[in-house]
Amino acid sequence: MKTKWETVIGLEVHAELSTATKIFCACVTRFGAPPNTQSCPVCSGMPGTLPVFNRVVAEYAMKLGLALKCNIADRCKFDRKNYTYPDLPKSYQVSQLYAPICTHGSLEVDAPGGTKSIGIHQIHMEEDAGKLIHDGGHTFMDFNRCGVPLLEIVSKPDMRSADEAVAYLEKLRETLLYLEICDCKMQEGSLRADVNLSIRPVGGPLGIRTETKNLNSFKAIARAIQFETARQIEILEAGGVVTQETRRWDDDQGESYSMRTKEDAQDYRYFPEPDLLPIHIDTAWLARIRETLPEMAHKKRARYIRDLTLSPADAAVLTGHIKISFFFETLAKKSGHPKEAANLIIGEITRLMNKTGILPENLDIDTDKLTTLITLVLGNKINRNAYKDATEAVFLHDADPETYIRERGLLMVSDNAAIEAAVDAVLATNPDAVASYRAGKEKIIGFLIGQVMKKFSGAGSPDLIKELLIQRINETQFIQHENGNG
Amino acid sequence: MGALELSAQIQAGKIGAVETVAKYIRIAKNSRLNTFLAIPEERVLARAKEVQDKIDAGITLSPLAGVPVAVKDNISTEGTETTCASRMLEGYVPVFNATVIDKLEQAGMVVIGKVNMDEFAMGGSSETGYFGAVRNPWDATRVAGGSSGGSAAAVAAMEAPMALGSDTGGSIRQPCAFCGVTGIKPTYGSVSRYGLIAYASSMDQIGVIGTDINDCAALLEIISGPDTRDSTCVTDAPFAFGKENAAKIKIGLPRNYFNDSIDPEIIRAIFMAVKVFEDAGAVVEEFQMPLVDYIVPAYYALSSAEASSNLARFDGLKYGHRATEAKSLSDVYTLSRSQGFGMEVKRRIILGSFVLSSGYYDAYYRKALEIRGMIKEAYNQLFARYDVILAPVAPTTAYKLGENITDPMKMYMADVYTASVNLAGLPAVALPCGFDAQGLPIGMQLIGDAFSEPLLVAAARKYQACTDYHTRKPGVPNL
Repeated sequence: MKTKWETVIGLEVHAELSTATKIFCACVTRFGAPPNTQSCPVCSGMPGTLPVFNRVVAEYAMKLGLALKCNIADRCKFDRKNYTYPDLPKSYQVSQLYAPICTHGSLEVDAPGGTKSIGIHQIHMEEDAGKLIHDGGHTFMDFNRCGVPLLEIVSKPDMRSADEAVAYLEKLRETLLYLEICDCKMQEGSLRADVNLSIRPVGGPLGIRTETKNLNSFKAIARAIQFETARQIEILEAGGVVTQETRRWDDDQGESYSMRTKEDAQDYRYFPEPDLLPIHIDTAWLARIRETLPEMAHKKRARYIRDLTLSPADAAVLTGHIKISFFFETLAKKSGHPKEAANLIIGEITRLMNKTGILPENLDIDTDKLTTLITLVLGNKINRNAYKDATEAVFLHDADPETYIRERGLLMVSDNAAIEAAVDAVLATNPDAVASYRAGKEKIIGFLIGQVMKKFSGAGSPDLIKELLIQRINETQFIQHENGNG
Repeated sequence: MGALELSAQIQAGKIGAVETVAKYIRIAKNSRLNTFLAIPEERVLARAKEVQDKIDAGITLSPLAGVPVAVKDNISTEGTETTCASRMLEGYVPVFNATVIDKLEQAGMVVIGKVNMDEFAMGGSSETGYFGAVRNPWDATRVAGGSSGGSAAAVAAMEAPMALGSDTGGSIRQPCAFCGVTGIKPTYGSVSRYGLIAYASSMDQIGVIGTDINDCAALLEIISGPDTRDSTCVTDAPFAFGKENAAKIKIGLPRNYFNDSIDPEIIRAIFMAVKVFEDAGAVVEEFQMPLVDYIVPAYYALSSAEASSNLARFDGLKYGHRATEAKSLSDVYTLSRSQGFGMEVKRRIILGSFVLSSGYYDAYYRKALEIRGMIKEAYNQLFARYDVILAPVAPTTAYKLGENITDPMKMYMADVYTASVNLAGLPAVALPCGFDAQGLPIGMQLIGDAFSEPLLVAAARKYQACTDYHTRKPGVPNL
């Protein structure tokens, strides 16, 4: 009988933290600055310098640890991981091995087969390395990234497919974004993942695993998992043995190749970092951090559906990014109309964001102004077109909605006599259209509405106009009928 | 004339700061002891002028204002070459000052130059440096001790009134003993290490060397205290040494230090010192020092492990020595390091890498850490019984240049009386306490509990008030 294989996947995710300054010095961490403009003697590893720990890094780790239901150590320490490479100016990375800050957690993931709990082995704090820039046969060193704080989140080998791995990563990214501790931009390297994968017969003992690196998108991760699964199964089915090794993914080729095997794996010679004191996390500090935890996405979604009677699809869109959910909640509260606020964000605001390329984290619209517009449209003071145009003006130019509407005469005409006069005039000058309507072409009413709207420069209420038009057409029909039979 | 007295005269306007500094520069430049590695004369004189201007303007600086100070070459000085006496750092000029240098300058002291040492502070004779051995002022055919040999020899030879050194396993106390000067190895964490080029971070400690305990105490007051750039440094105020009375102290004497592996003349000198303390009112009691056989192995396992990591950054890429013939990255590393480091440094990097390596960590590094914990605990118990422990500094007086350099084990074993103090992070004062038959200085140390420097200083003052060994000078040119 053919062996039934099972894929066993564990992920190591590196999240660059969005702290203002680096983990061991006061250099700023902004991405994309000119090389070596954000480095100092400490992060560039000059002799005699010493690290001073940025406690915000521990607070970010505590937040993630709490969100992932980890044990938070009351005392944790740093260790040195020794290896030599030009992008690592001290020739060691300050990391945590023997006593990491968070251990034994889990993350509930929306996997294809339903909700699944993925174990978190540990989360530890460490410093990032610099970057090498290869150009024209020369290699240049950029130390801007040296010392940018990282959290390494090591999962348990609990995933069984590429889909599960991606679901885990999506949930982890959502969590990091909700905690506002990482901007999760894979293309900028602020979120990176390595895949540990092995194959075993279903229910059998764990197989020999490989680690695949250089995965720059969720798509690449899924492809690399599929590739590695197939590669290992092929080896095993041919009676071979998988080599324990580190592989590098080539996304263009759609395959990975061996970087180094276990035999030439580095001995990192970890030992306790003598330049830093252990970090003590007392209950008061932890409680203070716990208080800062936001309502997480899945709780928000449930609440929107339950309390605000939004559809699951709308709730999902609104909780897709914490900034959007904050924006929605503010607008819903100010306007008192969650449904209308939801529709405005999902419709017009999303369209404008796509059009302008503005990202949720950079969204900056005056919710008071949008509240004014919602009140006007729901009070039948402006029509939907005016509402849309005014929203765009607020979004793009921070326009004052009342001025905008007044200057363009968009406030709806509510003088029935004026509307009736206009309706009569339109009916009188468009007998053909009236005749068509009577003949059953009811769609022609739209044309007549448009003609009336024109007279009010678009500021009429289409509903009211339609109602009056139909009323008048029916009245005249009755009169004409009477006449015809008279 | 001591440093405090010199400063008093400068501040009273009796001597000029510039002429004082110029005089010391002249002596230092004419030294035949190979003490100084760098004397940035113009900068030093300009700096002395600044200090003089402040004094003239009536600005109160410190009791050591205007005093020249020699600085061990592993302490970073902005704009002045800092080599650790290694080819690896030849030509390296730091872009920042060590915290202690900033503090010295705020106090109106003038760094006159950088002094020689064992390469990267690894050694006990100041012979391992790339720029040659330091010679002993009392006998130029002998070693000055190490690794702060340049610092101690410069003070003993009156090339500088005071000096900064560093002590990782005895590197201030032992050269003080060999050169007949006074030094303080402070409690770990009481003086910032920022800018001290690391050898073994968990034990390295900057300290002071002078002609007597009063000068040393005054300088320690200046350089001690918190530093936001060193998180292993204390958070409370610098030392302020008052007039503690050390007459009635209880002194412990480790009887098992006095066996046939120590020079009998040193034993005799120590017991004479015991008598001095007893006569001054102290109670002296003998005890058995535990774990003695484990001190040196634990010290070398841990210090070498840390060194292997600390010295890994010298890769030939960013600063310091780079092999010009290297054709590949791996050549740059291998050749630069092979050429840049001396034999003793290489030996310790290899030893340290070994004890940390996979499969040996538990057998060596972890075990050494356990011994370190036991030694700390042993000292805790001892200081529950004694105020101070009186011990020899080294088993011999200064030996001949080249005599031990080919016998690393013998050199390592000579750290037996000093290294436990560093393993436990404790303070100790080294004091001259006699001379051997050849006229070479003998030193002793007073070891105290953590942050008991005020008591150690008081005890040392008491001793120096009753003796004159510290006032004796080798036959070198007078000022």
